[in-house]
Amino acid sequence: MARTDLNTRTGADSVIRFILGRLVKAVFILLAILVFNFLLIHAAPGDPAAVMAGEAGAADEKFLADLRTRFGLDQPLYVQLFIYIKGAVQFDLGYSFRQQMSVAEMIGDRLPATLLLTGVAFVLSLVLGVAAGVAASARQGRWGDTIISTFALLFYATPLFWVALMATLVFSVWLGWLPGFGYSTIGANYTGMAHVLDVAKHLVLPASTLGLFFMAIYMRMTRASMLEVSRLDFVKTARAKGLKRGVIQRRHILRNALLPVITLAGLQAGQIFGGAILTETVFAWPGIGRLMFEAINQRDYNVILGVFYISAAMVLLFNLITDVVYVIVDPRIRLTT
Amino acid sequence: MKNFWRRFSYNRGAVIGLFILTLVILTAILAPFVFPQSPWKMVQRPFLPPFTDNALLLGTDALGRNVISGLAHGAYVSLLVGLVSTIVALAIGVPIGALAGYFAGRTDDALMRFTEFFQTIPSFALAIVLLAIFQPSLMFVIIAISIVSWPPVARLVRGEVLSLRTREFVEAATLSGLGNTQIIMRHILPNALPPIIVLASLMVAQAILLESSLSFLGLGDPNIMSWGYMIGAARTVIRTAWWLSFLPGMAILLTVLSLNLIGEGLNDALNPRLTRKTQ
Repeated sequence: MARTDLNTRTGADSVIRFILGRLVKAVFILLAILVFNFLLIHAAPGDPAAVMAGEAGAADEKFLADLRTRFGLDQPLYVQLFIYIKGAVQFDLGYSFRQQMSVAEMIGDRLPATLLLTGVAFVLSLVLGVAAGVAASARQGRWGDTIISTFALLFYATPLFWVALMATLVFSVWLGWLPGFGYSTIGANYTGMAHVLDVAKHLVLPASTLGLFFMAIYMRMTRASMLEVSRLDFVKTARAKGLKRGVIQRRHILRNALLPVITLAGLQAGQIFGGAILTETVFAWPGIGRLMFEAINQRDYNVILGVFYISAAMVLLFNLITDVVYVIVDPRIRLTT
Repeated sequence: MKNFWRRFSYNRGAVIGLFILTLVILTAILAPFVFPQSPWKMVQRPFLPPFTDNALLLGTDALGRNVISGLAHGAYVSLLVGLVSTIVALAIGVPIGALAGYFAGRTDDALMRFTEFFQTIPSFALAIVLLAIFQPSLMFVIIAISIVSWPPVARLVRGEVLSLRTREFVEAATLSGLGNTQIIMRHILPNALPPIIVLASLMVAQAILLESSLSFLGLGDPNIMSWGYMIGAARTVIRTAWWLSFLPGMAILLTVLSLNLIGEGLNDALNPRLTRKTQ
């Protein structure tokens, strides 16, 4: 992997080159997804124009004819591909005939809610997961470790949508502590701080149920990684120097043990978005995951493909951020020139 | 083999997992005999609570269908999808990983870029896209799950092959004039088997989770009763009949948990060196 190459070099220069390389790769992956989407539209059973318009029969003849001329559907395949990519690069993701709205606009409206949900869930799961992993590794083999590890094992095996449903049932329907659906209280029209609090309240259940599965993964990874690093020679040296246990744990072991966790977290970005589709569906959270669910039911292909494309872009952006974080955390890389 | 069982049974979780999984497998096999009637058939009034009618132990759902029959038939679907999609994913991932690791260089680069592409794109969204565009039949569900779950296999196999390739016994095989295919099939892959088995057991678990999520969203085979479908159908009545969502969810949880436990046990039993390292 590129990350190991980086470890042998030092200096801000090579770091920038590394990040640029990642950026170029990301652009290629996005292009590949566009080609993939394009091929899917053509591989789907039926007329590509009908696929683009949504479920066959949903669009009128004029709209179909419009699509045919606009996407050059009577021209050779490579011309069509070019037109398609050219449009997508300019954020023209097509038009939803059902919603009478451009797909880019629909996604733009919904994206902030998804970013809020996935962002909070990600930070929550990472912080709590790493904390639990550190706690478990410090109590290795004792009951504290057993309890934490058992919970992680359970969360790791639980279907996300089911936890979401059960959480709504318990905390919203039975106990009435938290709202079980939506982004904010309908008709309340809060402003300023009251609005922020209202949204935060609505966010608690979706973000924590989405984070649960990933928390379990990060906990297990952190625990294993902490135990592995603690057996390395430099830790023995630190102990021999007479450093305090807590200092060794935090400064020597944790910082090194975090590296594989960050790599894993980067790889999990796509999964968190996948989870968001389920959580948003259960909690009626108005993000692009919910949008995708609605589009599935209406067979609105343009919207489904658009969300797929944008979510991939989000994941790539997120990977880029984790790369930068990795560089900052890795003690072997010094950013001084 | 004796050693294997001793090490495996030493892991208490793995034994519990094996016990649960055996029950699920038995349920799946016996389902068509114990509940010969289609699980889609209406048998009683809707929303019959559990434990009120001995003939319908877990009651009926919103359409008066027998819940316990649905759960039993769902076990079969979950295991089938989990197993077959894992086999297909192995059939894609193992050759790609083996070729990349064995030939290294340009082949490796090209195959790994390809793998990375599939690993980067959001897999669940990809599965949704595939199933939304093609017809959601059981076969397509399996294909979609396989397509999104092979990359870790390729990466693992590549790593194993890469390290085995330079070992003496492989060099000896090369010198004795064996062809590449034979070396890979007879000498390298058998040695890479233990970690592949461990990964495969975890993949079955993930595939079951994935299948249930897809069915929950309404992308499963519409003719097949599955746990995810049952939860999805009961979602709207969760306030009045919560057990209709609760029960299939527990079935998924227990099955996936048992497979994960078995995976850990297999890891202990097949990679004893690794285990000692982490203890």
